[in-house]
Amino acid sequence: MRSFGYIDLLSFVHALQWTVLLVIVALAFGGPLALLLATTRTSRLAPLRWLAAGLIQLIQGVPLLGLLFFFYFGMPVFLGIEVPALVAVGIAYTLYTAGFLGDIWRGGIEAVKPAQWEAGACLGLTSWQQFRHIIGPQALRLSLPPTVGFLVQLIKGTSLASIVGFVELARAGQVVSAATFQPLLAYGIVAAIYFALCLPLTLWSRTLEARLNGAR
Amino acid sequence: MALVEIRDVRKSFGQVEVLKGVSLEVKEGEIVTIIGRSGSGKSTLLRCINALEKIDSGSITVEGQAVSAGMANLRQFRQRVGIVFQAFNLFPHLSVEKNITLAPLLTRKIGKAEARPLALDVLGRVGLADKIDAWPERLSGGQQQRVAIARCLAMAPHLMLFDEVTSALDPELVGEVLKVMEDMARQGMTMILVTHEMGFARNVANKIVFMHQGKVWEEGPPAELFANPKTPELRSFINSVK
Repeated sequence: MRSFGYIDLLSFVHALQWTVLLVIVALAFGGPLALLLATTRTSRLAPLRWLAAGLIQLIQGVPLLGLLFFFYFGMPVFLGIEVPALVAVGIAYTLYTAGFLGDIWRGGIEAVKPAQWEAGACLGLTSWQQFRHIIGPQALRLSLPPTVGFLVQLIKGTSLASIVGFVELARAGQVVSAATFQPLLAYGIVAAIYFALCLPLTLWSRTLEARLNGAR
Repeated sequence: MALVEIRDVRKSFGQVEVLKGVSLEVKEGEIVTIIGRSGSGKSTLLRCINALEKIDSGSITVEGQAVSAGMANLRQFRQRVGIVFQAFNLFPHLSVEKNITLAPLLTRKIGKAEARPLALDVLGRVGLADKIDAWPERLSGGQQQRVAIARCLAMAPHLMLFDEVTSALDPELVGEVLKVMEDMARQGMTMILVTHEMGFARNVANKIVFMHQGKVWEEGPPAELFANPKTPELRSFINSVK
């Protein structure tokens, strides 16, 4: 046993990088996938709609922990491939992000009046141009608050990756707490770091909302 | 040859047949007003001309080209046929200028440098040049509808369709929109309107089409039609809107 010191704070900072990396991976891959799911979920082709709806249902219906276990322990068993923890965990969070953001954005797209599509079509725009210039920007504004809300969930949700041994912030908290026998202090600092990460996002979302609303 | 030829068009929504064999001709430069009770199929007919609704049988040709929802050059066709809706349908996230120039820019009708002058030109024609930088929701209903008309004009259409464009407006705002439409009519634009504005129908239109139960019940020049309705249905309709 040792007492809590700078070395522990350093380990938090180090682990924080992995938390942030995980969020970036989840957004970088899950974001485009979510857009794809949102657009196919609102597609005119019924089979595409069903496929996207099924995927969203599946991802939302399985606990995040289940996704983590499946890709971390399952991939070597079922597919016979060993993958680095970051890859397995990254895939799980990517799908998690795609499933939830996809549904949030679907709601945003559907909340824009159908007459807006029609107005675009009547001016001779392609379906893509209608989405890109008319529906998308309005859907984005509508989806912004729940999107940031999910982002906060995602950041906090990365702590679950500690269960499969991925050393991110929460896992570093466990390690430090075990080494110093000061769980309250260790976890308190971890919690404060999560809070410091999420607060600016919430504030930023508020200013963004105000700005988007102001531009009308 | 007529600019618009509609031959025996039928259209059903589920079990309900809304258009029961409608035929109609509109010549270039003509102002045709479609009147009738709600549910008579007026708006549906208008939407069929722009291929917003798929017809079940019959044919519609505009400038000699057969119109259908699956036509090959539907988008080019729609650029030549403007439609204005009851609910304006302006893009709320875009300024008045961008509302007008979005489509001309995307469909490559104009270059970037020509965009603002074009917007000023068409806004001038609806008397709103000073609103070019405004946001749609800051405008009154009448102004929004005039911007919607300007947005259509920016595409330089050969034919304009108006679907009850004054029905959602406060009474004191109807006049300014009708005046814009009268100006367009004077400049020779071919127009088909569905409207409840009998004054406009009487004074501006060349032809009135009275629709009833999914059919063209009566048609003719306004003076004749209003003075001597041949059918009891038209007579009672005219009395009810007087």
